[in-house]
Amino acid sequence: MDKTVSTLADAVADIHDGATVMIGGFGGSGAPIELIHALIDNKPMGLTVINNNAGNGHVGIAAMIENGLVAKMICSFPRSSNPVAFTEAYNAGKVALEVVPQGTLVERIRAAGAGIPAFYTATSYGTELAEGKPVEEFDGKCYVRERWLKADFALIKAQQGDTFGNLTYRMAGRNFNPIMAMAATRTIAQVSAFVEPGTIDPEHVITPGIFVDTMVEVPNPAQEETLIRDGVVYP
Amino acid sequence: MSTIDTIKLSNARIAWRAAQDIEDGAYVNLGIGFPEMVAQYTVEGRTPVFHTENGVLGFGPAPAKGDEDWDLINAGKKAITLKPGAAFFHHADSFAMVRGGHLDVAILGAFQIAENGDLANWSIGKGAIPAVGGAMDLVQSAKRVAVVTDHVTKKGQPKLVQRCSMPLTGVACVTRIYTSLAVVDVEGGRFLLREKLPEISFDDLQALTGAELITQGDVADLVVPDLD
Repeated sequence: MDKTVSTLADAVADIHDGATVMIGGFGGSGAPIELIHALIDNKPMGLTVINNNAGNGHVGIAAMIENGLVAKMICSFPRSSNPVAFTEAYNAGKVALEVVPQGTLVERIRAAGAGIPAFYTATSYGTELAEGKPVEEFDGKCYVRERWLKADFALIKAQQGDTFGNLTYRMAGRNFNPIMAMAATRTIAQVSAFVEPGTIDPEHVITPGIFVDTMVEVPNPAQEETLIRDGVVYP
Repeated sequence: MSTIDTIKLSNARIAWRAAQDIEDGAYVNLGIGFPEMVAQYTVEGRTPVFHTENGVLGFGPAPAKGDEDWDLINAGKKAITLKPGAAFFHHADSFAMVRGGHLDVAILGAFQIAENGDLANWSIGKGAIPAVGGAMDLVQSAKRVAVVTDHVTKKGQPKLVQRCSMPLTGVACVTRIYTSLAVVDVEGGRFLLREKLPEISFDDLQALTGAELITQGDVADLVVPDLD
């Protein structure tokens, strides 16, 4: 078994117009910038993108928006230090927005990966984000029913990966990545270092390889925050 | 400048007062911005553990400029450091900590707080791009939900009100409010005044509050050291 491919272009080649794409990361931490930029080179259109945020500066998801790839964002917080790409596209009616509370967002993704079509949460009860959703009382407290959230593809960033797809992450770069890996029909990981099976101690595997389909090695990946501070515009 | 402006507590001093109520060993989430200041005033000898939604328990202050590692950030996307005993975890575990009621205290900012504990702090309403982050999760599930805030808006309007007019973040969730003039608990659907600055009379404080302030016995003086 070998889930590796040799180029970023190969890794994202199957992502088609109209696909729903989960993208890991929280702000720039754990964001698979190189995979995102390879996707921009392919220019699939009409994508629904699921991420905690909606891009920053002119790289990564912000560059996807500026290059017209994104029809809809599903996120918790479409603001950043430089949110101009999303803000202009949203105000021009070019990008739709579904705002989801952060914990509900990740649990909807987790539920999809775990085969659970819906769950109840106290989060958002009594607010406008719960409007139209079923409410049920459990043990005297009211909870809002939320549906699972699936995707055709997940783009994630990992630190180490073996050819079976077992992954580790780096620091707070873990965030949404292991959860999104479970919830997409096809999970594509950019990995900072490929290793042989057996190199990662099984006690330390965070994402078991069963959740990973395709991997590409990106040694010394760029940090979104550094690109933004350097004023980089992609492409 | 009105009398209120000359006596009211600075944000640092409000944060100091909030920090006095954080117990040793408490698991604490501080909102982005002003609430983050509470960590600076941790009481000597206590070791609270700070949680950030993006997957870290036990983080410390920002690193020196130039030492930032952009994989190590907080929910405000600011670089942080780790304390001994820190842990990383993914987002689903992070919000299991929140939703599961494992956090002892969440401290947030506010636009408005109603006397029944309703909180409005995420959206100014029509026209703005909505952005909620983790606030709605935190306010429904932390054991204590505290607010740090000016007592009134920049235009002098009460922030403590009978009913919030702005979009709600959560219903009946706030337990304590640390303002620039007072410490107020939410109990039984009323504002219970616990402490006030000695320089302001009860009547003047009531006039700056949009709902009735209840007292039980003596109201303590709100005494905060001069930090500035």
